[in-house]
Amino acid sequence: MTVEMLLSDLRLLTPELILAVGAMAFLLLGVYWKGEAAAARLVMRLSIALLLVCAGVSIWMAGGEGGTAFHDAFKLDAFTLYAKTVIYLASAGALVLASKYLETERLARFEYPVLALLAVLGMSVMVSSNDLITLYLGIELQSLSLYILAAFNRDSLRASEAGLKYFVLGALSSGLLLYGASLIYGFAGSTGFDAIAAAAGEDGAKIGLLFGLVFLISGLAFKISAAPFHMWTPDVYEGAPTPVAAFFATAPKLAAMVLIARVVYEPFAPMTDEWRQIIVVLAILSMGVGAFGALMQTNIKRLMGYSSIGNMGYALVGLAAGTALGLWSVLFYMTLYVIGVLGAFAVILSMRRSEGMVERIDDLKGLSKTHPALGWSMTALMFSIGGMPFLVGFFGKLFVFYAAASAGLWWLMLIGLVFSAVSIAYYLRVVKVIWFDEPEAGFEPAPAGVALISRAAALATVALVPVAGVMLALAINATA
Amino acid sequence: MFDQLPILSAITFLPALGALAILIARALMRGEDQALLERNARGVALFVTLFVFVLSVLLVIDFDTSQPGFQFVETIPWLAGAGINYKMGVDGLSVLFVLLTAFLMPICILASWKLDKRVADYMAAFLILQTLITGVFCALDLVLFYIFFEGSLIPMFLIIGVWGGAERIYAAFKFFLYTFLGSVLMLGAMIMMFVTAGTTDVETLLTHPFARDIQTWLWLAFFASFAVKMPMWPVHTWLPDAHVQAPTAGSVILAGILLKLGGYGFLRFSIPMFPDASAFFAPMVFVLSIIAIIYTSLVAFRQTDIKKLIAYSSVAHMGFVTLGIFSMNEIGVQGAIFQMISHGLISGALFLIVGVIYDRFHTRDIAFYGGLVHKMPVFAAFFALFAMANVGLPGTSGFVGELMTMTGAFMVAPIWAAGAALGVIFSAVYMLTLYKKVAFGELTNPKLEAAQDLNLREWINLGVLGVGVIWLGFFTTPVTDVTRASVGQLIQQYQSALTIEAPDLAPSEG
Repeated sequence: MTVEMLLSDLRLLTPELILAVGAMAFLLLGVYWKGEAAAARLVMRLSIALLLVCAGVSIWMAGGEGGTAFHDAFKLDAFTLYAKTVIYLASAGALVLASKYLETERLARFEYPVLALLAVLGMSVMVSSNDLITLYLGIELQSLSLYILAAFNRDSLRASEAGLKYFVLGALSSGLLLYGASLIYGFAGSTGFDAIAAAAGEDGAKIGLLFGLVFLISGLAFKISAAPFHMWTPDVYEGAPTPVAAFFATAPKLAAMVLIARVVYEPFAPMTDEWRQIIVVLAILSMGVGAFGALMQTNIKRLMGYSSIGNMGYALVGLAAGTALGLWSVLFYMTLYVIGVLGAFAVILSMRRSEGMVERIDDLKGLSKTHPALGWSMTALMFSIGGMPFLVGFFGKLFVFYAAASAGLWWLMLIGLVFSAVSIAYYLRVVKVIWFDEPEAGFEPAPAGVALISRAAALATVALVPVAGVMLALAINATA
Repeated sequence: MFDQLPILSAITFLPALGALAILIARALMRGEDQALLERNARGVALFVTLFVFVLSVLLVIDFDTSQPGFQFVETIPWLAGAGINYKMGVDGLSVLFVLLTAFLMPICILASWKLDKRVADYMAAFLILQTLITGVFCALDLVLFYIFFEGSLIPMFLIIGVWGGAERIYAAFKFFLYTFLGSVLMLGAMIMMFVTAGTTDVETLLTHPFARDIQTWLWLAFFASFAVKMPMWPVHTWLPDAHVQAPTAGSVILAGILLKLGGYGFLRFSIPMFPDASAFFAPMVFVLSIIAIIYTSLVAFRQTDIKKLIAYSSVAHMGFVTLGIFSMNEIGVQGAIFQMISHGLISGALFLIVGVIYDRFHTRDIAFYGGLVHKMPVFAAFFALFAMANVGLPGTSGFVGELMTMTGAFMVAPIWAAGAALGVIFSAVYMLTLYKKVAFGELTNPKLEAAQDLNLREWINLGVLGVGVIWLGFFTTPVTDVTRASVGQLIQQYQSALTIEAPDLAPSEG
């Protein structure tokens, strides 16, 4: 390998390199900086800035040439750049949500942003992977960082439980994934996506590859918390510190969904009819679990957990189409989902009384009266995540259902529509608590960053409607 | 006059801008003079709705009644990647509903003038509701239509739930979930239309021949949505609850306009786009309409709550609308539109009447009242007028609508029309009984002694509606002239679609 080749390969990894070097530099900085609190604050700010820089770099790179690096193990194209941009921005948002919270909860340590950066690096590698080994490396880097983040509040029993639960189930899913990858390697003779695609096109290897694919998808389904691999989600969302849950619900979900999309659309494109059945089952189960599981929840974070299970189901409906339309509809859906969920968690993080954070749904009682702006924001966000028109979340649902219907899966669309009618009931319940019930006690003023994100996301759910065409065009261009 | 101006967008979105102004003012004035804020919110709402009303009147004046197609069309690329445009336009079927909405809204604002609970939010919710309802009538794109149609649930949900009566939460949920489930099926149908026809443009879809087997399913899905909205028997049960619990102005909008979305939907989508299925299912709609007219009239007779009685009477009167629409002849469809406009005025007025006495005595129990004519003669006179109009007395608009729809129905199914005529008698029974119990007789309840007659605001509201009801009772042409060309085209296209053999199987999709 010549120096020129190495350089041109590394050029494609610019954001990843920035992240990796940054994370390690910040780790050192945190260790040597005087004063724990000051170090934590400094590293947090630098990390947010670094993520914004990475987002800027990926937007800038979208204008240039894509390509593959390291013997086709790593791929960069418009699709992955789009996903990376959203991941960086969402992670930056999640860090903004975390910064004040960690200080008030006495959790402020500089390791938090560093771990988040390493997780983002993992996601970044995941979405760009063009080889099963790269894929596994990315996933594990992401997962290991997230396991620690889930248990970051190690003095809290619930947080430790959440971390442990996530770790044990995550390890299981990694095992499944590895087993699937080894089967695929065995039958395709290679771990590269291109070679797998060639093998999948031949009849001989199909059965073996399919077995491998089932395990692979199962492992990935765990990461997006699609039913029946969803068990950890409500518990981890509830137990983990709220900003960690906000982080879990956004960037890693999008990264894993994009990864699934890439795996089934690229190496396994010749086997669309086979993998579609798996995705359809996952979609139906997720929508069902999400819709019915959330109905009886009393904790808003658990509700968001079930809501995210359901929403992954809708995204999978679009994915099941197996067409270009399906691909951009998923990307569009996930982008809108990330905006809505980030905003909703910002509202949840505003729920602080003098005795500390509260997270029952009933604590939102009369929010529209005590904090009108927050009340209107949460209303808009709930309706948007629920896919209710005239909020922008509706378009996400519209296009995933459209994609499924135009691929002939009209019955899947019908099932999805019915589940979305069921699931609107629990979003409605949150709105009911906000508007119809008498207020109990107000919340303390939210930190500026949290307030900004909740308001901006809520505003986006309405303000993006007229310009939804632009967002749509971005998603379509990214998948063209 | 409006060739260059986006008049429909202005009529639709000015109220939303007003709502935005109120909310921004509220955000900026936190903790300051709340009375001032409330006064401003009322003022802004009234000003905006009146301005929109003036625009709507100009729109109808400028409307070319000889032309059956869409006018004032605006097209802007919106979701260009998927081929979905922002497209607005009105024809004879929809333009009067735009006017009706703009007409009832200032009345609603005036009727809520004395409200003192969270005024800014209330006015904002009403203005947003106006934007969404007007949008339904103007939208010429399936996705746009659905957004307005379904979006109107959100403000109405809040209006019922926040400012409603004791059982408001139950009623709000029932209202929302019932209509949402119906609409979701319609969304499915719309996506199917998008897939098979490749466009969401209403104008194009009106001429797109859908295969007969697909038509049946699409028709049923649209029916699920519109029948709930209408509401038709047996999916009407959300309406009495919603009406009883909603605040007065909410009931006026609900009965006056929201119920018309169903009838409008039948005219805009079901009949012209799925003519074969419409013809196939027409007998079913007839039966349901007759049941609605007779059964809900009888139910209305047994009510002890005035609002509930009027709510059931609304269901019965909507039965005439579906009867007229599905008789598919010119007089029937014209009558259905006339009946919807007329019912918008009459039921709105009746709910205002209930609001008048509810504001004074805080009960809707019929037994509480009696002999109001002695203390509130003007009120009693207005009540008599609207009660008679609701019965369908000649000289009021109610008569014209019922006569036309029944004539239309008689031309296709005489026996069914006779059944509907029975409903007219029943309506006289329950309305007159109600009137007798509330207004006539001795004033026995001492609490009614202090009753004040109408104040100026109530006078204006009821007076304006009363003039409308009588005017349309004598002069029907202002409505029928506007609708004639479009209805004629609708009927003609429907007839020709039936004679042309529609393909039995779907063309290959893709």
